[in-house]
Amino acid sequence: MAAALEVQGLEVVARNAEGVETPIVRDASFALAPGEVLALIGESGSGKTTIALALLGYARPGCRIAQGSIRLGETEVLALSARALRDLRGRRVSYVAQSAAAAFNPARSIMWQVTEMALLHGIASRQEAEAMAVALFRALALPEPERVGDRYPHQVSGGQLQRLMAAMALIAEPELVVLDEPTTALDVTTQIEVLRAFKAVLRARGASAVYVSHDLAVVAQIADRIVVLRDGVIRETGPTGQILSAPAHPYTKSLVAAAAPVPRGAAAPPEAPPLLVVEGLVAGYGRGGRDGMPAVPVLREVDFAIRRGSSLGVIGESGSGKSTLARVIAGLLPMARGSITLDGQPLPAAIGQRTPDQLRRIQLVFQSADTALNPRRSVARILGRPIEFFHGAKGAERDRRVRRLLDLVQLPAAAADRLPGELSGGQKQRVNLARALAAEPDLILCDEVTSALDTVVGAAILDLMDGLRRELGLSTMFISHDLHTVRSVCDEVMVLYAGQRVEAGSRRAIQAAPWHPYTGLLIASVPELRPGWLEERGTVSAPPDRAGPACCTFFPRCPLRQPGQCDVVPPPVQHLAKGSAILCHRSEAELLAGAEPATAEPLV
Amino acid sequence: MLKLVASRLALGILSLLLVSAAVFAITSLLPGDAAEELLGQYATRETVEALRASLGLDQPAPLRYLHWLGGLLTGDFGRSLANNVPVAQLIGARLPNSLMLAGATAVVSVPLALAIGITAAMWRGSLYDRAVSVLTLSIVSVPEFLVATASVLVFAVHLRWLSALSAASDITSLAQFFRLFALPVATLCCVIVAQMIRLSRAAIIDQLRAPYVEMAVLKGVGPLRVVLRHALPNAIGPIANAIALSLSYLIGGVIIVETIFNYPGIAKLMVDGVSTRDLPLVQACAMIFCAGYLLLVTVADLCAILSNPRLRHP
Repeated sequence: MAAALEVQGLEVVARNAEGVETPIVRDASFALAPGEVLALIGESGSGKTTIALALLGYARPGCRIAQGSIRLGETEVLALSARALRDLRGRRVSYVAQSAAAAFNPARSIMWQVTEMALLHGIASRQEAEAMAVALFRALALPEPERVGDRYPHQVSGGQLQRLMAAMALIAEPELVVLDEPTTALDVTTQIEVLRAFKAVLRARGASAVYVSHDLAVVAQIADRIVVLRDGVIRETGPTGQILSAPAHPYTKSLVAAAAPVPRGAAAPPEAPPLLVVEGLVAGYGRGGRDGMPAVPVLREVDFAIRRGSSLGVIGESGSGKSTLARVIAGLLPMARGSITLDGQPLPAAIGQRTPDQLRRIQLVFQSADTALNPRRSVARILGRPIEFFHGAKGAERDRRVRRLLDLVQLPAAAADRLPGELSGGQKQRVNLARALAAEPDLILCDEVTSALDTVVGAAILDLMDGLRRELGLSTMFISHDLHTVRSVCDEVMVLYAGQRVEAGSRRAIQAAPWHPYTGLLIASVPELRPGWLEERGTVSAPPDRAGPACCTFFPRCPLRQPGQCDVVPPPVQHLAKGSAILCHRSEAELLAGAEPATAEPLV
Repeated sequence: MLKLVASRLALGILSLLLVSAAVFAITSLLPGDAAEELLGQYATRETVEALRASLGLDQPAPLRYLHWLGGLLTGDFGRSLANNVPVAQLIGARLPNSLMLAGATAVVSVPLALAIGITAAMWRGSLYDRAVSVLTLSIVSVPEFLVATASVLVFAVHLRWLSALSAASDITSLAQFFRLFALPVATLCCVIVAQMIRLSRAAIIDQLRAPYVEMAVLKGVGPLRVVLRHALPNAIGPIANAIALSLSYLIGGVIIVETIFNYPGIAKLMVDGVSTRDLPLVQACAMIFCAGYLLLVTVADLCAILSNPRLRHP
């Protein structure tokens, strides 16, 4: 059978400000059989998106496809005129972008955007195109397929938008679909549904696909073959099973190794007095009513404690209130109700009422070092400022402390004179961390500090943080949406859902069933590094039920819900034998029976 | 969204009320008063007082303000102190002229500016874009009296193509309309088009950098359609504001043009009113200018609200 797609010696170059061209993809060659799904895997900067875009004959501004050949069936894509390329795009090759939220035009209805391609290429009349779109919406398991097209992008959820984008890509029945990290921006529980929908619809249509991702476990579920990229060069190509079980290239080996989490920290928290105690915390946005409740409550009645030298992981989907929790503890968002106690001393709610010493003892590390560090200040000034402010050190003493901090986060002393823009992503995150350490805090709040980093770089940051925690006796609160990350660095875990603490316990306790149904859903949604996992895993989440206001916030999605009880009586706090506390009506035996067959890989 | 529109309209009315108070306060602060101005240097104190009383100028300011405001609401702008005719009559004779000049300028300048701004955005960085950029900058930096005087010299005096003086009253045919209006409209366009071009170009370019535009290109959408059907709907808000700000200049800022072309518009009327201390006339003109400005800005805001799908479809 002839190849559906054949790429030969592709080279893409980027032009810098001086007009000098450097290759960002070199001599890339691969082929794709009809109906096959090929994964391009690599870290940021490996050139995977550049190759994906080149398949549509497109290079981003500042880039140019310098040489090579891309044959789609009988057509040489790179030899086409601009007019012919427009005919090719969408009709024969289509593209699914990473962030559907950004790639959908906010001012146009979804149906208008989904059918545009079919109408533009003259494939169907408006009526036919809309019928095709509705059929695709149904195939992609979108709720209300008849009506979802009338909505605007801001009116549907991220997971639905990503599926709608797949519908947009498939409407003209292309031979090849290019999917660029289509599930990276989604929560794990959403990712699995989207992956399942993509896989089913690709198979049903017999389309070939190129799936770009940095996540080996996701790729294992969908791809037939994997191409491993690094620094714009293909390092290894092979069937999925072979790449995962017997990687040949050292880089592939390191990728596979980094995908399996390494446990750090302890399985249970150390026996130490609590450093931070939070009780009955209520916080949110908007002006409070007469009862002191904010208009939009984000956190409701959250209790927890962090022991000295321990690390608490906070996990939950987007919108669960994780980041708000960090902002409340740091005082950036004053709590509406509840109390925060630091070392036995009550902590004022607002940052303006805290003493400099209280401020020093709690430091926040933001998710994105790119935006948290002032791009016009050298690293020495960024680190020098908190040293001066909190410790009054000046001149040589300050410089000595800056050097020590750089040494702590394993950066060369020469980094002090650099600007943040001259550092790599991982190095910037280290500076970000050093900035928090400069205050010599007792507690560091880390908000998704590795989310923007590649797996290998992120793992190095996690190692560093774990070492620092031991060395300096720090406590950390580690916020993440990634269960792997939290399980690998924390000795205690707290699961947030819709601003409520649904489960909390030691890492060992969180490891084993029975769980709160939401914890169970989270754990069962993390893809495993083996093909076939997606098929084995049944649907855990119950179909959403929007009937009435539920007392239990998880009621609408809960697979174990009991109408008549769960939606009427607020769930009680229940202490399980394994050592964790959950917010649920169901008995331990019921939870155990209803849980997924143990899917969490043992870590300890 | 209805709530938002209603609150925006209410805000507009409130601003108008505040403006009326400000206009009244400022005109009351003008040195001298109409009674002295009318009677001249040799008036006795008694005659001035008598005239003041008959004009109502002896009442306290807040009372005069309320009286004046009540008059405005019922369409009574008071009587001109200088001519002793109703202000409404004076304005009524001039306002249509001004509206005609402003309307003709808007009809020419807005489509022109949008077309140039959008095409410059489409081919940004090209020779055309740079030429537009340089030209708009140089036009906007030339003072309008220079543009007006130079164009009169060239087109009216030397070439004798167009009329140097414009009086709207003696228009009998379309050709004559063009002859009379060409120069003032062209001069005003020079002033306001440049800003509109620059702002609409920037608004479109801002949208063209958005990921959804790249997505449209990857869907095989042609460049013209990308701009008109994808980017433009998202840029309506900023463009409407740019147009409103530019057009607001046409309301009060045309005095130089009206003077040079001896055009009987409302700006000229107001300046005459100031020189004769004709307070009711000045106040009425000021209120018209402010109301026009507020109307434009409110319409632009409403456009921005209505074009935002997040507000239209909550």
